[in-house]
Amino acid sequence: MSAGSGGVGMFGADALIGELTPAPSAPTRRRRGRPRLWRVTIFVLSAIFFLGPLLSAFKFSLITANGSYGLSNYSQIVGSSAIRSSLVTSLEIAVIAAVVVVSLMLPTVVWVRLRRPQLTLLLEGVTLLPIVIPPVVVAAGLEELQRNAPSWVVSLVFNHALTGLTPFYVVLAMPFTYRALDTGVRAIDLRTLVDASRSLGASWTVTLTRVILPNVQTAVLGAMFLTIALCLGEVVISSLLLYTTFPVEIIQESLSGTAGISVALSIVTLAFTFLLLFSLSLIAGRRLGPGSSRVL
Amino acid sequence: MPFAAYVLVFLGLPLYMVVHGSLTTSTGGFTLDNFKSTFTSPEYKAAFENSLVLALWTSIAGAVFGVWLAAAVITARTGGMLRRVVSSASGVFAYFAGLPLAFAFIAALGPLGVATVLLRDSGVNLYAHGFRISSILGVGLAYVYFQVPLMVILITPALEGLRPQWQEAAQSLGATKLAYLRHVAVPVLAPSVIGATLILFGNAFSAYATALALVGSTFAIVPAQIDDAINGNVLVGQANIGLALGVEMIFVIVIVMVGYGLVQRRARRWLQ
Repeated sequence: MSAGSGGVGMFGADALIGELTPAPSAPTRRRRGRPRLWRVTIFVLSAIFFLGPLLSAFKFSLITANGSYGLSNYSQIVGSSAIRSSLVTSLEIAVIAAVVVVSLMLPTVVWVRLRRPQLTLLLEGVTLLPIVIPPVVVAAGLEELQRNAPSWVVSLVFNHALTGLTPFYVVLAMPFTYRALDTGVRAIDLRTLVDASRSLGASWTVTLTRVILPNVQTAVLGAMFLTIALCLGEVVISSLLLYTTFPVEIIQESLSGTAGISVALSIVTLAFTFLLLFSLSLIAGRRLGPGSSRVL
Repeated sequence: MPFAAYVLVFLGLPLYMVVHGSLTTSTGGFTLDNFKSTFTSPEYKAAFENSLVLALWTSIAGAVFGVWLAAAVITARTGGMLRRVVSSASGVFAYFAGLPLAFAFIAALGPLGVATVLLRDSGVNLYAHGFRISSILGVGLAYVYFQVPLMVILITPALEGLRPQWQEAAQSLGATKLAYLRHVAVPVLAPSVIGATLILFGNAFSAYATALALVGSTFAIVPAQIDDAINGNVLVGQANIGLALGVEMIFVIVIVMVGYGLVQRRARRWLQ
């Protein structure tokens, strides 16, 4: 699924998160020689292939309606109420999904590690399911569900993007969240912390929110950032179910003949998502000390 | 356990609806006709063929360039700016950018795209040679854009697992660089590379965001056919054929994942 990118191709989320919290391995120093031909070649090819479309998009987004260069596409974004309302919808979904997925997964991860380690494999398998099932199939299932659901469910859940999409984006975010939180919890001395907190009389809720949570805050932040990135990029399910989220609005703009605005919005989205992941890599790098840059 | 209940309701229920609907007639009776018509209709056959071809060539191209790029990138200093930027950018492009990428490609290679105009002015008229951004080739190029970063993410841990000592040992025993690659590096890495390529294949096979933005539901690949069957069409019973296509997609992905699991077991022998 490509993400699915956008379509959110989410295969290999484990690898993405695997690098989120690098194991404290011995720093392997690699010898650096002269720049070799094979290395220079791939860097040049990648620069052309990867930067080419981005620079083209940037130039394209600066072309105004009368053919000259200017920022009118960007100023129209700010002025459009349709874009604004779709962005608000997507941000609401993203934030709620991020909070829900963490509050659902963190207790589960802790409970499995402490009490039911034999369930680890099962949990891994279940959180892999959203990766295995193509988003378009989830969308088809939801559409079928809508048609067959009693009308009170439809009016309660499916009539609004916020209630119709958030619960399912939470499921889509589970692979990322699980890996991020699991690596975070693995890195702390969970049993000692829990025993200490419990023996001092703290309830499970207090232990979870005031002892464990502060100790895995980088992992929680990572899980939330990835969930937000996912929700802002997901277009297949929302488009098939006819909800106007931010990515769907980008497509709508281009269908109404203003490709320049769509391209400008794409650039803004890419820049925002990049900043999200880049700041995550900086935060994780700082917490773990120099030499541990690999966040993704 | 709230987690189990949540997954059961919000993932299990849609899945159940897909499987149930694919086996049901429009009046509610049991049938296998939905599957039968996906196999007999030339339209759906072509869609499957296109999807498989698209997934195959973009996964191989992505794997080749991804391994190459990852190998070049890991020679840079760990913790350096290049590593940070490449890993963040890979994450964005591989997982979260299907839609924006489509518009970047329209801006570059669309009929009025920047690269198209540039090439035309220097004498190469892509569109006169039959290139279309909405063709299998055009969409595939955009797919490669997220396949390469995904390969970089997947294969970097394996490349880092290659110990420098192995190369030193081989060299001290008199092996040339080529001999080291042939007898040590390639055999150790092969299972990881094959496994990652399988994931790229599954990724491209189930991807739809980029194609949706570039072409829409008229595109002859399986996800677009599902979209079309559900939304684009008023024919009775068509939606259930879309659900049957969905079940078949899951089936293909399950085969790919089983293959991945098998090679992954082998990959763990030397790495990690």
